[in-house]
Amino acid sequence: METPPPNRAYTYEPPPHAPRWWRFLSVLRPLLTPWRWLRRYLDRWLFQLHGTQAGSIVLAQRRIFILPSRYGTIYVAALLLMLTGSINYNLSLGFILTFMLAALGVNSILHTFRNLARLRISAGRAEAVFCGEYARFKLIFENIGALSRYSIGLTRDGRHETYIDVAAGQSATACIDIPAPRRGIMRPGRITVFTRFPLGLCYAWAYADLDARCTVYPRVETQAPALPLPSAHHGLGLSHGLGQEDFAGLRSYSPGDSPRHVAWKAAAREQGLMTKQFSGRADTELWLDWRATPDTLDTEARLSRLTRWVLDAHTASISFGLRLPEIELQPATGDAQRERCLEALALFEHGRRA
Amino acid sequence: MNANQERLHPGQVGWLLLALTLVMLPHTERLPWWITLLSALLLAWRAYITWHALHMPSKWLLFTIAGGAVGGIYLHYGRLLGRDSGVALLVVMLVLKLLEMVALRDAMILVFLCYFVGITNFLYSQSITMAAYLLIVVWVVTATLIGFQFRQQQPGYRYQFRSAGVLLMQSLPLMLVLFVLFPRISGPLWSMPQDALSGTTGLSDEMSPGSVSKLLSSDAIALRASFRSAIPRPNQLYWRGPVMWDFDGYTWKASRFASQTPHEVERLGAMIDYTVTVEPHSRRWLFALDLPAAAPEPARLTGDFQLLNPDAVSRRTRYNMISYPDWRDNDELLSLDRRRGLALPAGSNPRTATMAAELRKKASDDDTYIQAVLAIFREQNFYYTTTPPLLGANPVDQFLFSTRAGFCEHYASAFTVLMRAGGIPARIVTGYQGGEINYVGAYLTVRQADAHAWAEVWLNGRGWTRVDPTASVSPSRVEAGVAAAVPQSELLPRQLRGEYEWLQRARMTWDSVTNSWNQVVLEYTQERQLQLMERLGVDDVSWQKLASLMFILATSVTLVVGVLMLYRLRGRRTDPLIKAYARFCDKLARHGVPRYPSEGPQDYAKRAGARLPDLQSQIEPLIARYIDLRYGDCAVTEASAVSAWVTSVRNFPSRPKH
Repeated sequence: METPPPNRAYTYEPPPHAPRWWRFLSVLRPLLTPWRWLRRYLDRWLFQLHGTQAGSIVLAQRRIFILPSRYGTIYVAALLLMLTGSINYNLSLGFILTFMLAALGVNSILHTFRNLARLRISAGRAEAVFCGEYARFKLIFENIGALSRYSIGLTRDGRHETYIDVAAGQSATACIDIPAPRRGIMRPGRITVFTRFPLGLCYAWAYADLDARCTVYPRVETQAPALPLPSAHHGLGLSHGLGQEDFAGLRSYSPGDSPRHVAWKAAAREQGLMTKQFSGRADTELWLDWRATPDTLDTEARLSRLTRWVLDAHTASISFGLRLPEIELQPATGDAQRERCLEALALFEHGRRA
Repeated sequence: MNANQERLHPGQVGWLLLALTLVMLPHTERLPWWITLLSALLLAWRAYITWHALHMPSKWLLFTIAGGAVGGIYLHYGRLLGRDSGVALLVVMLVLKLLEMVALRDAMILVFLCYFVGITNFLYSQSITMAAYLLIVVWVVTATLIGFQFRQQQPGYRYQFRSAGVLLMQSLPLMLVLFVLFPRISGPLWSMPQDALSGTTGLSDEMSPGSVSKLLSSDAIALRASFRSAIPRPNQLYWRGPVMWDFDGYTWKASRFASQTPHEVERLGAMIDYTVTVEPHSRRWLFALDLPAAAPEPARLTGDFQLLNPDAVSRRTRYNMISYPDWRDNDELLSLDRRRGLALPAGSNPRTATMAAELRKKASDDDTYIQAVLAIFREQNFYYTTTPPLLGANPVDQFLFSTRAGFCEHYASAFTVLMRAGGIPARIVTGYQGGEINYVGAYLTVRQADAHAWAEVWLNGRGWTRVDPTASVSPSRVEAGVAAAVPQSELLPRQLRGEYEWLQRARMTWDSVTNSWNQVVLEYTQERQLQLMERLGVDDVSWQKLASLMFILATSVTLVVGVLMLYRLRGRRTDPLIKAYARFCDKLARHGVPRYPSEGPQDYAKRAGARLPDLQSQIEPLIARYIDLRYGDCAVTEASAVSAWVTSVRNFPSRPKH
């Protein structure tokens, strides 16, 4: 698994328990970290970044920035060479061609700018993922204008780029995959929307800091102990509820069925999508309890184990409940229960973590 | 994956191949054949590799080819850093780069190089045709550049051509502003390579039998002249070029010691006021009609009335001239000039000397002698031809007594030798005679084929007097040009022959357009720029003023273009249903019930129905249907249902009936 890039801090917080003299020293802060300070100043004043934007944003004029690209610089150098040649050889047509290309370059600034202008960007729903997977954020681009937009790029870290086209009067969805290193609610952070279209001579960009969120479930423990025994007074052994033994049959797939229950072997035999049915054991009541995990483990490891158990119990179609220090979810079966439990695990002590 | 390392796909390579081929095509006529062949082979190889998805050739192979090509270019041109050799190098390197390149990054650089090779074509020709061709090339290259920017789908070549066309069209106004206002400087920044002017034709500072007639095959333009006074008669159109004094028995040479200051002459009769635009010919002299009054800056007038530029005429040069076709020189001839004007090499052309002595004995004065010599040319069996027989050691003897067929230089040479032998100071003037009047542009075109040589003799009381012996043999040469003077069977450029009237007219129109192109576009120099600014009312033009004016205008032009462009971004109602609904609301408004901005269709239908009872039966179902189509199940929204609704809106009465 690729390690995610460290999140860059855009706000400068004083260290906790700062002594009083820190406040006076803070005046000198720009001198200590001039680049960071300059960057923050630019972000606030020039790039108009004021944190996350709820809803959608429209790339208005003041949001779009433009600079010559690397190729633009080379192009300008080539034009200067052509201009010198034209002057030296007194080539009128050389002047005309050089100025034509110069005007083309200037014109491409307008075109590149226009390729971004008035695009409306909103965040789509991001499916919850497990910690260690990639969170897929969706950005919906809406183009109300009469011009198709080509080669709109998106990047979060400046290295990985995704491109989409947005046809005139239509919308398109771009996906950005970001590694999810920690459980909880994950935000995509600031995404750079950029373009070099149509000539590649200019680089226009805008920042989209959208209110998108993705729930990241705890990491699934790979070598977890088996599910804890359900309450003894029910008198049922685990053999009934566990594993795949109580396979009850196949029914045709309907949207919403868990992919884990899809009979992939049947699909491979081209019998169409079928869902495996298991004999539900509504009477089997399983409590997945925080206290049942060894307290020698740290919080995250305990949550990982509980996550594993939630998945196992759901696969086995056992009715299960979840008990966390402050939350108790009553036993139930089905996908909804699974989501509920996983979300509770994801958000466990979420607010309290720094 | 980063976009810059992305590999090109075959379509993009195809575009690049096309762009490169187009940009190099005009160079092929000048490049050595093996470079053309090598480039074609390498281009074909790249196409083959792309087509069959093969591996690129190894770097070592390419280095070897490059080394061989550089060596070959050095051997062929004798240098690497010249105009021609530089272009050859550029072409070879460009094609080799194509065989080495796989990534998009290299392709971008290649496209810029395409623009650069494009501009080098103007070093050789700045004609209208070349300009039009380069415009197409720039269009294709820009379309290629656009093709490199797509990261998702490729909208196809039509989109690329259209976008490139739009981009270039939008660049035109700014280009014009920059072209007109960019401050020009006169003169080159550094000295041009030696070969920058090779290949220009023109008169030489030597004249031997056959040297003028070889220009006859050239239809290249020597100069154009437009007259502010009436266009002179053909027998006054003697365009004075190099003057030759020194004769070695075979070749006439321009004197290196021409007296520096012209004689003061007495001008008689009307002056001719005109403007000459002379094509570059890489020699120093300028041309003027006999007899130039003063030299245009920065040229000077020599003692024998040649116009000499300080440097070789390396670019098209335009100057105003005043000439006086009739003049008289009352002074005595300087003894030095008299000696030079009578000098003949000892022992050469003996029969001519004998004949001169005989004629001189018979003649009472200079005039009679001149007439006697001309009478020989006129009355004896002399023959005017552009393809004279070759002459040997004593060419004048041979011409006068055996071949008797020749071109202007033969006659001028023989006449001058006879004059000198008869004691009359004489010299040869070369230049052009006549020219073709372009009735479309009202100017005179003089071609290299109009090259001519005549004689000048010194007559006391009159000064240097022009005598054209060719006119005695063939008066039509002077009156109507070479074509009329030589038999039809002799080869002459098409331009000099008579032809169909429409063809002639078309040719004149084209030449006139070319002339305007030269004057307005190609000759837009510092001087013309200042003149234009003054005419536009800008006082005290300085380059700072021009630069700031250029900056202001360029900014405004860009702003205007930008605003017009961004206007297209405004959301346009493309949905026919919404458009038709807006139209329906307009119609109801004309009935007196406008829709409130916040009013939904249901409320509006209710209110409009109540206000217009006789239309209620139409309004309500229409709007109900609209709500169905717009907000109903997606499956209902079929194109046919929408167009049916649009039709019913169209049929709805747009005005109240009375």
